[in-house]
Amino acid sequence: MNRISLNCENPEYDFLPVTESEREYKAYETESSSFFTDGVKRFLKNKVATVSLILILLITLMAIFIPFFWPYSYDKQLGVTLGEPVDPSYANLAPFEYGATEEARRANGEFVFPHVFGTDSRGRDYFIRVIYGARISLAVGFFASIIVLLVGLTVGAVSGYMGGAVDTFIMRIVDIIYSLPDMLMVILLASVMNAALKNTLNFPFLEKIGTNIISLFIVFALLYWVSMARLVRAEILSLKEREYVLAAKASGADGKRIIKKHLIPNSIGVIFISTALQIPSAIFTESYLSFLGLGVNAPMPSLGSLASDALNGVTSYPERLIIPALFVSVIVLALNLIGDGLRDAFDPKLS
Amino acid sequence: MKKEEKLSSGNDNKASNLIEALKAVFTSDALIYVLKRFLISLVTIFAVITVTFFVMHAVPGGPFQAEKAISAEAEAILKEKYGLDKPLFTQYLTYLSDVVTRFDFGPSLKQRGRMCLDIILDGLSVSAKLGVSAALISLVTGTVLGAFAAVKRNSATDRIIMTLTTAFVSMPSFIMGTFLLMIFSLNLNWLPASAAGGGISGLILPTITLSLYPTAYITRLTRSSMLDSLGQDYIRTAKAKGASGGSIIFRHALKNSLIPVITYFGPMLAYIVTGSLVVEKIFAVPGIGRDFIGSITNRDYPLIMGTTIVLSILVVFMNFVSDMLYRAVDPRISLE
Repeated sequence: MNRISLNCENPEYDFLPVTESEREYKAYETESSSFFTDGVKRFLKNKVATVSLILILLITLMAIFIPFFWPYSYDKQLGVTLGEPVDPSYANLAPFEYGATEEARRANGEFVFPHVFGTDSRGRDYFIRVIYGARISLAVGFFASIIVLLVGLTVGAVSGYMGGAVDTFIMRIVDIIYSLPDMLMVILLASVMNAALKNTLNFPFLEKIGTNIISLFIVFALLYWVSMARLVRAEILSLKEREYVLAAKASGADGKRIIKKHLIPNSIGVIFISTALQIPSAIFTESYLSFLGLGVNAPMPSLGSLASDALNGVTSYPERLIIPALFVSVIVLALNLIGDGLRDAFDPKLS
Repeated sequence: MKKEEKLSSGNDNKASNLIEALKAVFTSDALIYVLKRFLISLVTIFAVITVTFFVMHAVPGGPFQAEKAISAEAEAILKEKYGLDKPLFTQYLTYLSDVVTRFDFGPSLKQRGRMCLDIILDGLSVSAKLGVSAALISLVTGTVLGAFAAVKRNSATDRIIMTLTTAFVSMPSFIMGTFLLMIFSLNLNWLPASAAGGGISGLILPTITLSLYPTAYITRLTRSSMLDSLGQDYIRTAKAKGASGGSIIFRHALKNSLIPVITYFGPMLAYIVTGSLVVEKIFAVPGIGRDFIGSITNRDYPLIMGTTIVLSILVVFMNFVSDMLYRAVDPRISLE
């Protein structure tokens, strides 16, 4: 370190190659890393969280891409051909079994794509239904938490920054919504909105998912933002007393700029983590509602509705319950573990 | 105020002390906080009643839409019978006053001849058995397991407990319920699969299903707070004084570790209420959760409103109680 001052009487020393011990010393003086790369490093050191992340990425990729090349579709009843009697040999196939006409094709030496998880009672390929179910669950979790993030962030930031009467008013509303029994309200609003939306919405895409899911999103936007808003507000309240905010004000920045440029970037870690933890809880809610028959519209499957349908034949076909159950549990568990890992990695104050 | 002065001027020291204390209580932050929380709870219940009322009346088609081709005349008679012909706001006021003064939710639309309140009370008596026993089981098992895991931390037992609770926390209740159903009543044939026949044995599986998640949650909560208190200075002091291991664990550590568990009372009840909706469906328990889901699928509007309001009052009240308990038990918590 102090080579220059030590060897000032011997300047050519500065041009010698470094010795082994010096190189070792230098290794500790790496370039400073940013908060983000630090966090990523800490996250990757956490084995459980990393494995969970890989698992979720795998499931997500499967859910997105498998439907593009899978030869069966989630709503095609394989035994049903137009103008012909229903072929009952396709219903309730065990994994890797084939229907009558498929067996005939196989006898001819043709390759028939296997039904990896068998088929359901209506002769639909079960594997693709589970994949679609996972797709719905992940999509609901993701979009619901984005909605919660947007609403909660806006309200919380405004409330925290404005203070005074606006803050008190917003916080009283938050208190009331917070003490509402959320699931009851979700069920109530979902069932009512379902009836209300049925007549007004007629996009083909929305019809497929069903108005229940749309109402679920609306309910999330109406009810679930409160904890995010509280969190953001608390964070803003502590941040806005900092000197750099005062400096920004002194140099003439308006409220919008201070919120956008100073307050939100500094509270982003906490916000990011609680958004990540929102995803599994949204997936939980969706599968719960689908299980009660208040989720996606048939024939579109969801992991909850698949489990609910499987209840009727659970003694004969237990795998039809176990597979979606396993998917929900693994997705929720992995997302929770990722959330915990993120908290440990990005919020050093908490750990 | 005058009365107080009179009393204190009577040189009665005890009385004046008492009054001083009362005065302190009534002007203290604590009371203001309690009153504020109580007021918010009341407003919340009022909001629930109002929202459910207007939301239910905003449904297009009205309650008789599902009926088979009904003549205009008959519909008018039905509407008059249920008071649906009056302006909406008048209906609201009548409903509100009926609910607040007499707990009257009106007659059920689908179960002819029965009042909603009777249906709700019938369901509630079954659900309460289920819910209370699930809550007690989770509290006892959770604290015991949690304390045990903390005392034996990093041992194999601790790891097993933590792995199991992690799994239970991430498994939705409908999945645990169906698995228990599959294993214990369909495969092993030990317990009945349905509680519809009545009897205690039918309620065992639903109770266990309902208590798994709170048990796991309380175990984790107790373990972490127990670990925290075992590291405190007063534990070292107790050890230095020569207190026995049992006394340290129960009198010093566990007592202080139970505070977070108390805060979980409210959320636990909320979980049990929502969890019972699913559990009652799986095991065919004739409880309030089944009434609620049934009323939604049959569009029995008065019953939907009634069950929502009753369950909400329950949850809001329990949240209030658990908040108060929490603050009463732990003086360190500032009252906002």
